[in-house]
Order: sequence, then structure tokens, then C-alpha cells
Amino acid sequence: MLDASEGYVTEDGRKIGGVVMEMKNITLRFGGVVAIKDISFDIREGEIRAIIGPNGAGKSSMLNVISGFYVPQEGEVWFRGAKRPQMRPYEVARQGIARTFQNIALFEGMSVLDNVMTGRLNYMKTNIFQQALWMGKAEREETENREMVEKVIDFLEIQHIRKTPVARLPYGLKKRVELARALAAEPKLLLLDEPMAGMNVEEKEDMSRFILDVNDEFGTTIALIEHDMGVVMDLSDRVVVMDYGKKIGDGTPDEVRNNQEVIDAYLGVSHD
Amino acid sequence: MAQTQSGAGGLQSLPALLHRNATQFGDAPAYREKEFGIWQSWTWAETAKEIEALALGLINLGVNEGDFVAIIGRNRPYLYWSMVAVQSVGAVPVPVYQDAVAEEMAYVLGHCGARFVIASDQEQVDKVIEVQDELHQLEHVLYLDPRGLRKYDHHTLHQYSHVQDQGRAARDEWITDLQDRQAKLTYESTCVMLYTSGTTGKPKGVVLSNRNVIESAKNSADFDHLTRGENILSYLPMAWVGDFIFSIGQAYWCGFCVNCPESQDTMMTDLREIGPTYFFAPPRVFETQLTNVMIRMEDAGALKRRMFHHFLGHAKKVGGDILDGNPVGFMDRLKYQLGNLLVYGPLKDTLGYSRIRVGYTAGEAIGPEIFDFYRSLGINLKQLYGQTEATVFITVQPDGEVRADTVGVPAPDVEIRIDDKGEIHYRSPGVFVEYYKNPESTASTKDAEGWVATGDAGFIEEGSGHLRIIDRAKDVGKMANGSMFAPKYVENKLKFYPDILEVVLFGNGKDRCAAFINIDLTAVGNWAERNNIAYASYQELAGHPKVLASIQSHVEEVNRSVAADEMLSGCQVHRFVVLHKELDADDGEITRTRKVRRGFVEDKYDDIITALYDGSDTISTTTEVTYEDGRKGSISATLNIVDAAVVPVAQHKVAAE
Repeated sequence: MLDASEGYVTEDGRKIGGVVMEMKNITLRFGGVVAIKDISFDIREGEIRAIIGPNGAGKSSMLNVISGFYVPQEGEVWFRGAKRPQMRPYEVARQGIARTFQNIALFEGMSVLDNVMTGRLNYMKTNIFQQALWMGKAEREETENREMVEKVIDFLEIQHIRKTPVARLPYGLKKRVELARALAAEPKLLLLDEPMAGMNVEEKEDMSRFILDVNDEFGTTIALIEHDMGVVMDLSDRVVVMDYGKKIGDGTPDEVRNNQEVIDAYLGVSHD
Repeated sequence: MAQTQSGAGGLQSLPALLHRNATQFGDAPAYREKEFGIWQSWTWAETAKEIEALALGLINLGVNEGDFVAIIGRNRPYLYWSMVAVQSVGAVPVPVYQDAVAEEMAYVLGHCGARFVIASDQEQVDKVIEVQDELHQLEHVLYLDPRGLRKYDHHTLHQYSHVQDQGRAARDEWITDLQDRQAKLTYESTCVMLYTSGTTGKPKGVVLSNRNVIESAKNSADFDHLTRGENILSYLPMAWVGDFIFSIGQAYWCGFCVNCPESQDTMMTDLREIGPTYFFAPPRVFETQLTNVMIRMEDAGALKRRMFHHFLGHAKKVGGDILDGNPVGFMDRLKYQLGNLLVYGPLKDTLGYSRIRVGYTAGEAIGPEIFDFYRSLGINLKQLYGQTEATVFITVQPDGEVRADTVGVPAPDVEIRIDDKGEIHYRSPGVFVEYYKNPESTASTKDAEGWVATGDAGFIEEGSGHLRIIDRAKDVGKMANGSMFAPKYVENKLKFYPDILEVVLFGNGKDRCAAFINIDLTAVGNWAERNNIAYASYQELAGHPKVLASIQSHVEEVNRSVAADEMLSGCQVHRFVVLHKELDADDGEITRTRKVRRGFVEDKYDDIITALYDGSDTISTTTEVTYEDGRKGSISATLNIVDAAVVPVAQHKVAAE
């Protein structure tokens, strides 16, 4: 039933594996509003997959379905070869899916380090009493997790703000901290909701580089939503285009760029 | 000259010193670097092993004796090891400024004909690859951080640790070759080649021998009684001679520990964590720290603020004398002790200066207030005067004879003389061998007896024997009426204001002086924030009427002080303009060590200079700028030219002499 083809090779020579996640005929309704209408697509191992579309196209809803935050009325979500039952978001996270948010959801009063440490939650086995009493096991666990977190901090070059409360950081850095927290969870699939929104050119370039490096270094599969077409076309291997809750295009950036329906959706078309 | 022909006890090269350190105190820490949030450390014995592995790997890769190996990156133990490893295989390390754009790098790599490059990361590797086509000799590139480099063609690209692994694997094959090559190193072998940034023309490759480096390190270490116990923080560019002497020369001679910060941005935190005992910084660092302290004190509570200012006032009165060992009354001493407990101690701890025994500043003149501030806190901050060609040291200030306006007495084994034109010449064991592939420049700088012209004008102060620098000899000129024009003198006075970053004074051959001024974005930005002044860009802030007014008041204050100096009263600033962009090394306006390239600036901003002298009120101009990645763009602006009041001076009688 599942498409088991071996994948493909990208232009820059990366090998993309089989299907990791498949969305089958997803329909999501909020009362009478149909946010997503019968959409199917897949995400393959090791690829950077983008979901784009104009405002209100249903992109964020789609990401929320993938992350388990929304439960679609119709359709199935398949993850790693099995149909995913209805799950709570933390259960999805345990499966190896991590995300960032469009409007930054960090703990503002906590330091960058502590925020990133929260990304390791699923790796902590000790209970609150063991931790409070700082028992040997809790201490070892903390050290192991801190090591991983420090690698992420080093990777994203945020050493200089390690101890800074998040509230004091500029926007671009907060976005990077959010990415750090998601990475700390060592996800198999990383979901990024508008990672470049509100950034200046330099911050966008930095973020693009980090996204590519994450994919390259850890082999993480990435699904991202983005407004900035230029960035999307440069970064992603394949693109899904949505408009008014429907899928209107799916393919490589070049294919999508030349798709008439997509051009119409972005540039507008006269309704006469 | 007191030169030992046999070298310092047979230790004639850095690999030899390394061997001594590793055998005599192998367990002592040699390097620390903060990585992954922890200070990682290596002992001398471990360092020797790492260097040996790399050296073997280099031989294995085909590095020959006499080859040049460029080293590009920020201060990291691995790159310091590279320098010594390169020397131990008989090749010559050439550290390159890491912020150099690709073209500059191409010149240096092409000029020395480097066959190998050791680079820190993808950014540097990309630059080398960008210019690779111009470089015929370049064969292999080594890199430290593999991030982002996985997909590159690895035929001539090698990871540092892999080269070390290959070296370890091939130890049996190459170890005798390595030992032979090391044994051949003498006091006359080349230790390192450093490119001077040069305020005029192309960079020149200064060849320094083992004698230069080791003698200079030995003399200066004796002068300041440096021991194995010192800790330094290495954060200044590795391509700069100062860093080479402090972090390699002196570190190997004394056997002290070199600490590398986690990243450029964490330098201040790392400084505090390490608490160096021996510290070197350009005036800029001290200025920034002082500005930060003052800004933060303004946000402190009333009690703290009053205490701070009260005890700082007391420190100003007696702190310097206490440090110099001059007699100070008992009550004053007691009060100073109290201040130390309440204010100075905690402040020094915050700055990371609690353990400093000796601190140096050089490169530029430091503001007397800033200098005295640190000294009054009990920090033994001193000045030295030097240059690459001298292996740093020409003059240094001995303990107890420290003043803001001189650069000290000749360093041990250094002879100084002033020629009839006022130019300073010196001769020392540190005098460089030659400029690489440039015999004309070598001949015009260094005479047959080994005397080197510094290009600086200065004089020896009578009584104290201290050297005072006036200016670059070629910058000192005459104004139309014959009075002396010494731009540095006025520029420094202006630069001591925290809101002024850079000044360029014009007036050579003219009837009056005019100036370009760069504001300091941190200080002025902070001031704007406090005064509710909104601005969108550097350009807008620089053109703000209130900013111009405050700069004008500084200029007029300086004019009054310049007028008091009989010799230089002609150098008062009549008109000035606050530039719409910062002078930048990427645009070639200043050198990588932040010295203004006057000729270049004069040509580039010709239209603004004309406007300064023809009486117009505004000038519209378009300026080309280079971005960090080498792309070019341009910015346009309309600049206001401001007139400053000058103090009338009686016509010079001296001018007729």
C-alpha cells in the first residue's frame, strides 16, 4: 500500500530515501470552514520538503496535522510505514517529530540554555524526586543531556547568549533558539513553521545556512512552511503548493515554478 | 649586542622549546579552549603529541622543507599547533588575517606561493577555493571544522584530524625524517612570516628568524618577570605579530598557558572566567569596557552609584601613586583598601582583571583618562611601542615609570636613535631578516648596520629618557603658513571622546585644518536611546542635528586645548563633517589593524574634502561600499558641513626659523 520506491538523488548529489511520512486524503474542518480539503503528499527520508501557498491557504493547519496538534476529520497519517493512531502532541514528539512555531513559543524568562534543555525532556527518565535530590542517576542524565545541548548550541553558534534570558534577545536570535530547542530533541522529522518570517536579509541567509547544515550534518528530514519564495526555491528539494485548502502543485522547485495553477494563485487571475 | 651565538641554552627553535616544556613540566596545562560550554585543556605533553601527529601527517601529505603553509582562522589551539608543526617539518607558517576578503587572501597566498593552507572552517575554505584558480602553487587545503564541507571535492581537501590520524599511522615511516628536519633548525632558520597590513601599498611579508622570536620573547619575559604560572587569553588576530609573540614566543619560552575563547562574541565572558595574569589589548578594548561600565552604572541604584563615584574619585587621587610605590598617607591608604573591598575589587572581577600582574596596550594612543582609570584601580596597565619588523618590542614602560604620554624606555637589548629629521631608528636582536621577495623595501628600511627606520617621528624626553611619539613621519607636514601639521595629535585628542570612533584630519599645505569624523555607534546609539531620539540607520544617526551639535562642542573643546600648544596651534579644526559610513577595512579605508590609510581616504572622498574647503554648507555624495562577502554596493547621502569655533592664535614667530 505504501509507496516503497527507493527514492531519488537530488541535484547536489544527496541521496533521498524512502517515504517517512505520508498524508493520505487529509480533510480538516473547523465547523463549516474547510481548512484542508482532500490533500495527499509524502515526505521522504533526508529531504527538505516545503509547503507553500498564499495567506490562508491552510499551510499551518497542515503542519499542525503532521505534528498531531489537529486531528483531521478524514484521511490517514502514515509515519514510518504504519498508520498513526490518534495521538496527543507529546506522543508525536516521542516518535521523533519536533517543531518550531511561527510566533515563537519560548519560555521568555528562562535562559537560552534552559530553553534548549527543555527540548531534551523526552530523554529524561528520572522522576522529579530523583532530580530534586540530585541522585547519581539524575546527575548523570543531566550531564548527558547537557552535552547534547552544548553540541546544538555550538552548531547554531549561540554560545554568546547561553546564559541570556530569552526575553532580552532580538527576534532573529529567538528564532534560532527555537530551532536549537527542536534540534535538541534529536528529531527524525523537523517541522519549521515560517522559520524566516520577519527576518532581515542577513538573518535569512544565516537561517538558510543552518537549515541546510542541519539536513547535511544530521541527515534530519525537514518539512517547512515559508512565505519567502526565493528562500523556498533555494532550500527545498520538493515543494507542495496549497491554495484555499487544496493542493494545486507538487514537485521540484522548477516544476512548481512553471506550474500555471501556481502562477495564477500567486500572481492572481482575473475572475471573469 | 648581547647575543648568544649558541642560542638560549641550545634551544634554538620552537620545536626545541616544546620538547623542553613537554619533558620538564609535561603535566602543566599548555592550552585551554572553551568548547561545548566547558574549558577543554591540553598539557604540554599532550600538546607535543598532537603537534607530532600533525607534523607527521604534513610530511605524509608532501610538505617539503622551505614550503610556505598559510594558516587562516580565529585563535584556536589547533591552529597554534599548526604553526609549530609546520616549523618542525622545516616549512614556514604564514598566518593570514581571517577577516581578509578573498582578493587580499589571493595576494598573500600568491606572493608567498603557499603550497598548503590550514583553514578553520567552511567560510575560510570557500574563500580559498574562490581564488584557487589564480594560485598555481596551491596543492592541499586542510580544515578544522567539517561542518558544511561534507559535499566538497575531497581530492585536495583534508580534515585536520584525519591528517593527524594518517600521521600517527605513518609514524614509523616518517619519524626519523621528522627528527632530522627538526635537528636542522637553527637560530637562523625562518620561524614565521607575517604580512604587515601596510597603510600604503600592498602588504609586505616580514620574515622573522628563530633568533628574532626567541630573543625577543626571552628579553621581554625577563623584563616583566613572566613565569610558567601565567595565564593569557588569546583573542587578537593570529596574523598579528603581537599575538605571535605573546601566544607562541613567550608562551613557549616561559611555558605558560594559552587560553582560547569559545567564539569572538564570548570574549568578555571568557576573559572573566579565565582571569588572565598577563593581558594584552588595543586601546579599543579598554575604551569599550569603560564605556560599558559607565552605562551600566547609570542604571544602578542611587546608593551604589554614589559609592562608585566617591571611591573612584579617591582612586583617581591616590590609586596611581599606590601602584607606582610612591608615598601615600596612611588614611588615604586605608580608604583605598576600603574602596578595594567595596568597589575596585568587585569591578575588577566583573571585568576579568582581578589577577592581572602585567597588562599592555599598544597599537594606538590610549586616552589618558582611560589609562589612568585602569591604573587607579590597581591594574598594572602599561604601554609599549613596537612593530612587526622589530618582533614587537622597541620601547616598553618599566614598572613604576608608567605615564600616559610616553611609550617607555628602550626594551632590553634595543638601541634607539633619532635622526636629524626626527625619525626614530632602532637596532635589536628582534630586527627582521627581510621583506620576502622585496629587496628594495628591505634595503630602504634596514641599513647595512642593522638599523631600522620606523617611519615614526618622535623624541627622547630629557631627564626621564622616555620616548615620545609625535606622529607617522610621513604624515607630519607643514601648513601653508609654515606651521607644523601633525594630524595624529589632534585626531587622538578627538578620539578620546567616547562618541567619536575615528577622525581623519586634513590640512597639509592648506591654510587651515578640516576633519572627517566617524561616530561610535554604541556610545551614540545608547545616548540616542536615553534621549528618546529615534533613528533608523547609522547614516541617519550620524546626520542628526543633536549629534552634530555635540560633536561640534567636542571639536571646539579640542581646539581650545590645541591652541594652548605653541607648536601645533595651527592644527585647530575649522570645519568638519560627520561621515555617513564607518571607515572600513573591507573598503580599504583603514588597515586590518584599524589604521587610517590617508592617501586612499583623500582620493576616495575628494568631493567632500573640496566641499570642506570651498565653504559650502552641504555636500551630496555617493560612496562605494564592500560587503563582508565581497559584493559591492553604494550609498548616497547629503552631508552637513559644520563650522567650529577656533581660538585665534598670534602669528608664529617660530615659523620663520
